[in-house]
Order: sequence, then C-alpha cells, then structure tokens
Amino acid sequence: MADTSNVAQGEFPVPITVEFTGGLELLFGNERKHKIVLPARLEDGSRPNISYLLKYLVDNLMKDQRIDMFIMEDNVRPGILVLINDADWELEGEETYELQQGDNIVFVSTLHGG
Amino acid sequence: MGSLDETCASLRAQITATEAQLAGLKRDLANAEQAAQGETATTAEIQHEDHNGEGRRWPLLQEEYKRYGRQMIVSQVGLKGQLKLRSAKVLLVGAGGLGCPAAQYLAGAGVGTIGLIDGDTVEVSNLHRQVLHRTKNVGKYKVDSAIESLRELNPHPTYIAHRTHLTPEAAPAVFQDYDLILDCTDNPATRYLISDTAVLLGKPLVSASALRTEGQLMVLNNPPRAPGDKTGGPCYRCVFPKPPPADSVVSCADGGILGPVVGTMGVLQALEAIKVITAPEIDAASDVTTAHPRDPPSLHIFSAYSSPLVRTIRLRSRRANCAVCSAEATVTLDTIKSGSTDYVFFCGSASLPSLLGPEERISAREYSERHSTVTSDSSRLYTIIDVRDEAQFGICSLDNSINIPISKILSSGHSAGSQGADNEQQAAQIPSWLPSEVASSESTNPIYVVCRLGNDSQIVVKKMKELGLDQHGKRFIGDIRGGLRSWKEQVDSSFPEY
Repeated sequence: MADTSNVAQGEFPVPITVEFTGGLELLFGNERKHKIVLPARLEDGSRPNISYLLKYLVDNLMKDQRIDMFIMEDNVRPGILVLINDADWELEGEETYELQQGDNIVFVSTLHGG
Repeated sequence: MGSLDETCASLRAQITATEAQLAGLKRDLANAEQAAQGETATTAEIQHEDHNGEGRRWPLLQEEYKRYGRQMIVSQVGLKGQLKLRSAKVLLVGAGGLGCPAAQYLAGAGVGTIGLIDGDTVEVSNLHRQVLHRTKNVGKYKVDSAIESLRELNPHPTYIAHRTHLTPEAAPAVFQDYDLILDCTDNPATRYLISDTAVLLGKPLVSASALRTEGQLMVLNNPPRAPGDKTGGPCYRCVFPKPPPADSVVSCADGGILGPVVGTMGVLQALEAIKVITAPEIDAASDVTTAHPRDPPSLHIFSAYSSPLVRTIRLRSRRANCAVCSAEATVTLDTIKSGSTDYVFFCGSASLPSLLGPEERISAREYSERHSTVTSDSSRLYTIIDVRDEAQFGICSLDNSINIPISKILSSGHSAGSQGADNEQQAAQIPSWLPSEVASSESTNPIYVVCRLGNDSQIVVKKMKELGLDQHGKRFIGDIRGGLRSWKEQVDSSFPEY
C-alpha cells in the first residue's frame, strides 16, 4: 500500500532557511538568517511541520532566555507574523504546514515606532 | 566653594525659569500666527474662486499647472489625478518621523486638504528625523511647526491643525471629514483605534511603522467596504487580532531609529496615499475581471542592512471572525466613543519592573559618596557593571564601570536551564560573562549594576542573586536607582543625556 515515491522523498532530510526580523534576531544571537536541516520523519512517523519547527528553534537556536518573547501558549506570541515563502502562514495552514525542502520561513515582529 | 555652588544653583534656576517663559512665548506666538494665517487663507480662497470664475476653461491656476506639471505628465496621474488630489482630504495621525515626510510629499503633490493631529511638542531629540521641524520651533506644538513648514512649501492646500492626541471619544468626529487616513503613530493602542475607526467610517488606511533599521508598511481597508463585505481589504485587526504583550513593544526612544529609515517609510506612505487617491474608479457595472486588478493586500518590510532592501509578502484577506470588519463584528462607533471598547486595557501597559527591595538599591548620590575618591586601587574595592548595550556604553559611561550588556547576560545559561540537570548548576554558578576576579567566591566587595533608567539593572541584580553570586547575603549586589538619568540629576549635571 505504501506510496513508494512519497517514501523515497520522505527519507531525505529537509533543509530550510529561517529568518528573523523586526528585532526578533536579537533573541537568536543577533543573526538574521539561519540554515537548518530538519529530519525527514519525526519519531511518530509524521513529517516536520511548523509546530515542530517552533519547538526546534527554541531548543536549538534561541539564545535568549525570555522564551515568552517568541512563544506563548505553544504558538508564536501575538505581534509576530510567520511567513511561508513570502506569504502569510494563514494562507498555508498555519502551524500544521509541513515543511518542504528549500522552504523559506520568516518570523517578523511588528514594529510600532514612528 | 560654597558660594560658587550657590551661584551655579541660582543661575540654573534662572535658566529654567527663562526657558519656561520662552516656551510660553513661543506657544502664544504660534497661536497668534495661526489666527493670522487663518485670515490670509480666507482671502486666498476668495481670490482662488475669482480666478476659477473668470477662466472656467482651465480647472487649475496657471501657477498650479507649472507647480504640478512634472507629476501631471506621469500617465498614472494626469490632469484627472491632479484634480482628484486637489479635492482629496487626507488626515495624518502623528506629526513625527513618519508624519513629517508623508505630509511634506502630500503637500508638495497638491493634496487639497491636509489635517494633522498630534498633541506633542517638538523636542531636540526629534530633529534628526522629523524633517518639517526646525531648531527654532523646539517647544512648539508639532502640528503648528509642521504646518508652518508645509505652508512655505505649498501655500495652496488647506491645512488643519488638531493640537491633541487622538482619543476614542473624538476619533469618529475627527475622521468623518477626511477621505483617507495615514497612521503615523508610535503605539499599538492608537493603531487599533485608528484602524477600527477607519473601517467603521469606510476610509482606506495607510499604516507604517519603523524602529532601529527597519520599517513596515501596509495599505489596509482598501477597498473600503462595509463590515461583513468580504471583498473589502483586511484591517489591522485581521492581520493582528491580538496585540503584542506590552513588554515586547520597543519605542524609538529606547530602541533607536535611523532618520532615513523612518523617512523612507513616511515617503512610501505618501506614495501609497497618492496611488489610492488617483486610482481609476472601478466601474461597478463593468465586469470585475476586466477592471484593473487591485494589488493584493501586502506587507512591505524595509530593512536597511539587508539585500534586497524591501521584501513584500502577501497578506490574508478579511478575517471571517474579525472584531471590526466581519459580519460578526463587536466593535462599533458607539462602543469606541463610549469607551466600552477599551484600547488601553486591550493593549495593556508595560509593567515597569520593581523587582528589588529598597535595601537592594542605592541612589546615585549615595553611590557617588561611597566611591567618590577615584584612585588606581578603587576598582578593586567594588565593581560597577553597566548593562546597556555596547553602542550606548560607547556614548558615555561612569568611571571604572565595565560593560556587560543585558542581552549577553540573559542569553547565557539557557541551554543548561532547559536541560534542568541539577549537577550542571555548579557550572552555572560562575557564568562566562562575569570576569573571574569579580566572580571569585573569596571576594565580598560590593557589585553595583547600572543602566540608562534603572529597569534592566534590576533584572540583572535578580539574575546574579539567583546564580548565588551574593554568597547568601555576604556580598552586596544592588543597582543604582534611576540609572544614569539620576546620576545626571543628582551627581554630575555635565553627564551627557542622549
């Protein structure tokens, strides 16, 4: 029953680019752009999605201890937009979106100065 | 020495009094000028009408053809667009870093009525970016200072000064008389108020913001349609249904801002406003698909140190459960005016940390008295840590102070903490950011922490105590109450304030 083409694709790790802007980069060692590689499958056999990515970023990339400046109630905190390949993540299924090879994920904190 | 001190104190008092008097005079002058200009404007309008009356063949004045010719020959504008600009009424909320350049280009382009609303007065620290204000106008209302410059640039438009901050009670009445709103403000509560009012009155909104080296721009509620009509453009609440936590909001005063960055955003607001005003009407009768497609809702992000400088992202359309622009809307003009939509409560206010007890804090004067003699040895008897970032430390700092930015302090030990292993606590006792001679468990020399205003310093003191650096109370660790601002007030008036 297994879809062979899917399995073959699924076994490759998923390299993606993650960017932080609007001041969020300050929480990630003041680096805007990060290249990371996610596993093809998680322990439960599912593919890595945005929810997994958020946890991955906090555990592996975040330098600042103020986690609630990035995550609140297991989701990005209010005032942060998530962009999947230059589109609002709400156009792509939000945290359930499964990451594809070469995806560009941008986290933008809103600015208020003027 | 005593009498010299007294002389200085007396002179300072005299200067303060004279400055207050000067500010008062400037305000009186502004009001008088405003009244005088009101009279001149009326005369000018009458002349304008006479002109139109005698030469009905030409809708613009001779001078206006010359003045606006270079933009009128651009095909997107033309005479038709110029006439639309002349009959347009645009309100700019905020006459600061965004409002100044935006108003400048809208006035230059010949927008017929330009309203400015802002209750602030001009400060010296505004001048590097708020390009309509002049040094001589420090202390004057920003809207008066801005309109003075705008009149010199273009005397044709009608300028309306609202010398007050936008309040929920007044917002609907103020917005009513305008066709298009520009959000040039600096705080989330006002941004939600502006968006809600604009949606409920059917006005398109051009919203921008800027901080440090970045800016953001959106055209919202475009096209402006009634709440519940899904073909209308999204509003601020559709994009940001929940406000950010108040503690995460950074102002230009705290985070800094480059003039050309906020200037770019203001200029882009003027551009988007001109595009909205001069856009060809979409004929309701004609087939929608053949009409000019409007730009999809977008967020433009400007980043001065990135390439490309601007990236544009596609935004969602109207949110089906939006509190303002959906069929399920709960916010109305009445709930805004009555205060039952409470913007201050919605957005919260940043809680200034008051983490330390009085015994853990000393005043700037007390610190200076304890350690007034600066000798080569003195640095060994105590440690003073300045937790501002490197750029601020480079501007000015206290003698003997060492710089350890709070970002560095808060980013250490995270991985150890998240693993939560008990045996790692020993290693975390002496954090890598602390010089070893300071961290030595044999020393009980006091550690003082200082920052700009006395907020971050409290966080750091608390953190150091959590790490056990105070040796269970044997070693004093505390902060300077009120930070470097009180150092200037209480100890050294020559210390720079930035």
